[in-house]
Amino acid sequence: MSQKKYWKGLEELNNTEAHQEVAANEFSEPLPFEMSDNLLNATTPRRDFLKFLGFSTVAATLAASCEMPVRRVIPYAIKPEDIVPGVPNYYASTFVDGGDYCAIVIKTRDGRPIKVEGNTLSSITKGSTSARVQASVLSLYDKARLRQPMVDGQEATFDAIDRQVKDGLASASQPIYLLTSTILSPTTKEVINQFLAKYPTAKHVIYDPVSYSGMLLANEASYGKRALPSYHFDKADTIVSLGADFLGTWLSPVEFSKQYAATRKVTAKNLKMSRHYHVEGHHTTTGASADVRATCKPSEMGAVAVALYNAVTTGAAPSLSTKGLNELVTKAAADLKKGNGMVVCGSNDVNVQTVINAINSAIGANGTTINWAVNSNYRAGIDADVAALTEAMSNGQVGAVLIHGVNPVYELYNGKKFAEGLKKVPVTVSFADRMDETAQQCKFVVPNHHYLESWGDAEPKTGYYSLMQPGIAPLFKTRAYQDSLLMWAGATTTYGDMWKQYWTSKLGGESNFDKALQDGIVEPAGDMPTGGATFAGNIGTAISAIPTKPTDGMEVVIYEKISIGHGGMWSNNPWLHEMPDPMTKVTWDNYACVSPKKAKELGNELTSITEVDTAKRVIKLKVNGQEVLLPLIAVPGMHNDVVAIAVGYGRDAKVGMAAKSGTDKWGNEIGGKNVYPLTHMVGQTVSYHAPVTIEKTDKTYDLAITQTHMSYEGRAVVHEFTLEEFAKNPNELLEERKEEIGPFTHQPWGEEANEESMHTEPEKAAAAGAAVLLDEEGFRKNATLYPEYVSPGIHWGMSIDLTACTGCGACVVGCMAENNVSVVGKREVMRSHDMHWIRIDRYFSGNPDEPDTIQTIFQPMMCQHCDNAPCENVCPVSATNHSSEGLNQMAYNRCIGTKYCANNCPYKVRHFNWLDWNGADCFDDNLYEDYRRDGMNDDLTRMVLNPDVTVRSRGVMEKCSFCVQRLQDAKLTAKKDGRPMKDGEAKTACQQACASDCIVFGNVNDPESAVAQIRKNNKERVFYVLEQIHTLPNVNYLSKIRNTDKIVGGNEATDWMMKEHI
Amino acid sequence: MSESIKPMFRKIVQCFTALVFTVFVSNISAVAAPDGKAIFQSNCASCHNPLKDATGPALKGVDGRVPSKEWLHNWVHNPSAMIAKDAYAQKLFDKWKPTVMTSFPSLSDEEIDAVVTYVNSVEPPSKGPAAGTGAATEQPEGTSSTGNWIYALVTVILLTLAFILWRVNSGLKRVANEKDGVPNVKEIPFYRNKVVIAITVILVFIFAGYWITNGAIEMGRQQNYQPLQPIYYSHKVHVGINQLNCLYCHAGAEKSRHAMVPSTNICMNCHKQINEYTGNEEHPLVTAEGKKIDGTAEIQKLYKYAGWDPVKKEYIRDEKGNIKATPVKWVKIHNLPDHVYFNHSQHVLVGKVQCQRCHGPIQDMDEVYQFAPLSMGWCINCHRQTQVQFTNNNYYSIFEKYHEELKSGKRTGVTVEDIGGTECQKCHY
Repeated sequence: MSQKKYWKGLEELNNTEAHQEVAANEFSEPLPFEMSDNLLNATTPRRDFLKFLGFSTVAATLAASCEMPVRRVIPYAIKPEDIVPGVPNYYASTFVDGGDYCAIVIKTRDGRPIKVEGNTLSSITKGSTSARVQASVLSLYDKARLRQPMVDGQEATFDAIDRQVKDGLASASQPIYLLTSTILSPTTKEVINQFLAKYPTAKHVIYDPVSYSGMLLANEASYGKRALPSYHFDKADTIVSLGADFLGTWLSPVEFSKQYAATRKVTAKNLKMSRHYHVEGHHTTTGASADVRATCKPSEMGAVAVALYNAVTTGAAPSLSTKGLNELVTKAAADLKKGNGMVVCGSNDVNVQTVINAINSAIGANGTTINWAVNSNYRAGIDADVAALTEAMSNGQVGAVLIHGVNPVYELYNGKKFAEGLKKVPVTVSFADRMDETAQQCKFVVPNHHYLESWGDAEPKTGYYSLMQPGIAPLFKTRAYQDSLLMWAGATTTYGDMWKQYWTSKLGGESNFDKALQDGIVEPAGDMPTGGATFAGNIGTAISAIPTKPTDGMEVVIYEKISIGHGGMWSNNPWLHEMPDPMTKVTWDNYACVSPKKAKELGNELTSITEVDTAKRVIKLKVNGQEVLLPLIAVPGMHNDVVAIAVGYGRDAKVGMAAKSGTDKWGNEIGGKNVYPLTHMVGQTVSYHAPVTIEKTDKTYDLAITQTHMSYEGRAVVHEFTLEEFAKNPNELLEERKEEIGPFTHQPWGEEANEESMHTEPEKAAAAGAAVLLDEEGFRKNATLYPEYVSPGIHWGMSIDLTACTGCGACVVGCMAENNVSVVGKREVMRSHDMHWIRIDRYFSGNPDEPDTIQTIFQPMMCQHCDNAPCENVCPVSATNHSSEGLNQMAYNRCIGTKYCANNCPYKVRHFNWLDWNGADCFDDNLYEDYRRDGMNDDLTRMVLNPDVTVRSRGVMEKCSFCVQRLQDAKLTAKKDGRPMKDGEAKTACQQACASDCIVFGNVNDPESAVAQIRKNNKERVFYVLEQIHTLPNVNYLSKIRNTDKIVGGNEATDWMMKEHI
Repeated sequence: MSESIKPMFRKIVQCFTALVFTVFVSNISAVAAPDGKAIFQSNCASCHNPLKDATGPALKGVDGRVPSKEWLHNWVHNPSAMIAKDAYAQKLFDKWKPTVMTSFPSLSDEEIDAVVTYVNSVEPPSKGPAAGTGAATEQPEGTSSTGNWIYALVTVILLTLAFILWRVNSGLKRVANEKDGVPNVKEIPFYRNKVVIAITVILVFIFAGYWITNGAIEMGRQQNYQPLQPIYYSHKVHVGINQLNCLYCHAGAEKSRHAMVPSTNICMNCHKQINEYTGNEEHPLVTAEGKKIDGTAEIQKLYKYAGWDPVKKEYIRDEKGNIKATPVKWVKIHNLPDHVYFNHSQHVLVGKVQCQRCHGPIQDMDEVYQFAPLSMGWCINCHRQTQVQFTNNNYYSIFEKYHEELKSGKRTGVTVEDIGGTECQKCHY
């Protein structure tokens, strides 16, 4: 299976002309100067020479005689005791965005938060983070945040607002509504109760931007609890997901990724691995990680669930629309019956979720993999409630609306109606942090703090608490919305006092409180209790309500992107915009994803359905009478009759510069479209899929896609095996590697040309207890003419597990935050000028015309820190060279920008600063501006920069440094204590951000280190990318193991790569 | 005569004996007697002034006030115990409470007496024209500069004379040639002389090149940079004379990359008591330009920054109780480029490098100047030569190869360079 063929995109598969050109060219665009014969053959006359000489002399003299500016060193006037300038402080806190939760640790430097890490003490998230959690620190410094409260769009004071709102609420003759997202905080719930008690007509309505009402209602019907259970993916042997993107966006992906990865740590000795079946209409990262995947139209998802139910309970053979689905359901049912299975479903349909509950009940998942003893509180929104509120508002039956954490005008399918309704409400209050679509329609805007400025708490699971403490005092005149509610409820205490009192009394004393605050979490001791639930739903009614056949024609799926999510403040986060989507690799936009086959049918010539050409055909989609124009992008693995569009785009200009939808300075359309209006109510819940008609237009739209920026030109860089194959012959990869490097492990001349050593190899191998002896040391020494680098102390190394990687992108954003990686903006991404130090390469295999055959591998790729690095040899000024710790060092101040290194790097991980992205340039007025990403260079936003890392200026090369600042810091800490460094003390940012533990980093000279242990104990899966060219990378990969028996074949007509390169 | 000699002789002997004795005795006392001033400054000065009330009472004449010498000794050794039982001590505490004096059980009775002797010897600073010492030294050295002028003038006159004579000579030669009918060689002015031009060009090229290259290399470097600071803070007075530990103020040097310039509250730890500069006779404060500085006025400047009311002896606070302090905007002397990462704690704590190694004789500087060039070459040189604390710090145990080489004598030491201290990414990232 290792000989399987992989392709990054369709252009590579089809080897189009455009792709060949891109692959052959060093730069993606013509260089900005004319290479004419005149220039090459020109002779420089003596006078010109003297002129140049004179000019440069004068210029140098002037430059040299420039006076140094007077710099000031300004100490604290009164230094706070707990701050040592230059030494970071860490505060445990909690990330909360509606119902999204993550226990975090805030890193503050000199009083400002600069990085967010996972809190390892939490038993729920266990130190994991997601891309959005990593990026949340940038939102703190968002320029678009409101700096003071507003009344009718005018600046106002809290006093004035308090007076008016209190009067308004007191005199409200109609009911008062508090409209919020899911609230995880127990103390906030108390505050809300106080508020509701003060105003007897007040009601609390909860909804979630992307709804889970179907599940909540189904659970109520099935188990008598309107709640969500705790899922234990780590305890599951069989996972069946019907459209639930649980590694990307479904409920609590941070938690689930950690659990999921724990079941997929395969070694030759431990072959236990969960099997993940996945059915979906579009292509998500979860589907890409699945072992067995089949596609269906969303309207058939219910039928699939019913078929699975029948197969599990009665063993009935499924009769679904495709063979792939039937096979998957049959196999999944057989595996589920073996026990330790679980079925999750992303549908928001009550009936479908009821069937899922019935399956889980039938396979005994409740109490084993699905835990009803501890509820998850991630979502509590009920769609019908907000629909009723909208209705009441337009009927003029609402006295006041107070809106927190949601943006109904933007997010509701009937947002327009909501906006009109708001006009009929006498008192409208928004607690939004910016003038978002809803806040603009509200009379009062009382901005809430950013979560990094707030006191608070969260109860993600019943009985499992997490405390929130600020990392910085509020930057602007904002106020905790709890304080506003308390104030308007006539309470005399502040939220902060109430919160502290609540926790001090709950925890029993000040010292317990301090400890809890320091840890950030309050959890019951011991393992989480587990408990089942008895299914009491009406399965018959549910099944009869589910259509047995999919609807005809195309269907649209409205989904959340991993990066931008439901929208909110994320829509204005340049880090998230620049992070390529795991599946499409598109940055900065939303678009209509369709299958390659459909894209061709829509009349696209090959170059523009693929990723080389940035201009994409725009199509017109009509859904329920709504029309939307979006560019089309071909995504292998999509169902042929499905088109998928992400929410979170198409924002108002006041949401922020990066979020703005409309036209840019050059008249180009930007910012995507809002597709929430394409959703609609079906019965009690919002449906995220609908029939759609598509028309092509003659327009095109440019999309910035990163995947084709770097090409290996078809060389094998990933290795994949099925679990079965791996179990049968774990040494297959070793044998392959031996074939490649074996001939070079002995010098054919000199002392080591020892015939004997070659012949005694089998014995040596036997002595080492291995079937195949791979003489890596011999290869290292003898396959090159270059001298060997020795590492007398530390030798850093990294191991990346391709089986565990889900492509979620947390590492990409974590790296940007840690290393001050510049955001270049859409226009420059289109020119391949993106600066990410770590990228996640996405490889497809299979037949693009048959979505069920598509398998995907994600490969995080960063500087491999080669011990025999091709980049080092070609640098004319030795700006990149090797350290005794195995690091490939990049000295920015020495770099003169020849770009030879980038050209010679086989991994294509070097990035050149083509323009002045960040104002680090020594010339004024050189700053690049595209009027979208420029917020990054605002003085406020620049507070997020890591002071330990140089901000690179124009004209220098940069690349992954293995987070050398962290390595140096870990070494220094050990030196100060006078002890050897411990394994795990030095962590790279990507490693720390990773929710799946797929990156392991450490000192390979220490045989006890985790990375050395992996290379020893899991050697059957270890490989190095392009090892045969003797670059001696310090990053190893572990082969992808897929727990499937389905081997994806290539396509005869397009097998040119295999023939050419393997 | 002999009679007259005898008494004289006796006198001489007596004097001599007395002298020897005095010298002997005073030598002994110099060895044995505790230095009252030093003890006072290191133990008492942060709370007591000999002449004025501070946190504690003025100490001059303390031996006369207290009940007995013994009482004083007991008091210093354990004030709390005295307050508990002694009436006078009680009275004293009532006056100065809530502060109880720190106990100094380690001070011997002699040392306490020495302190008393010292404080009694302190006289209030005499006001008036007594401090006029600098006048005489500022005499301009007129004679030598006048001499230089004369030399220059003579040289110029002689050169002019030589030039005139040369011109006269060549003129006469021309006339003579014309007379003799010998054709004159056409004279080329020296500035068109090719040899002269060539030499000049080469010289200009060499000197200008040297100057430009040097200038370019030196760009951004500022060795000997000695700016005026907002407060005339003398390291010599604090570190040199009063022996303050560097780390007392620069507390970050062992913890952080920044050594830290102290905040005003650190200054105020001592300067709540020390509100005047009394060392003018011992060490007059003068700027590099020769301007005299009033130390006491500089301390007043500090009070303004620190938000300290020197009259009421308390901090000036706003309505929230925060001290109204403003930071001192010191001029930064030691500047490294942004792409250089330098960590003080690495050098001070791990490397055990003395501050003076990079900052020079800081204890002798009234105004600090940049002692070292802070150039990369200078850093690298030190890294090449300096031995790391290899065997003393267990961190380095991972360098097994070097340890073996040290044991076998193959290697005498491990320099910073040997463990990678000259690699780019040790300082640039």
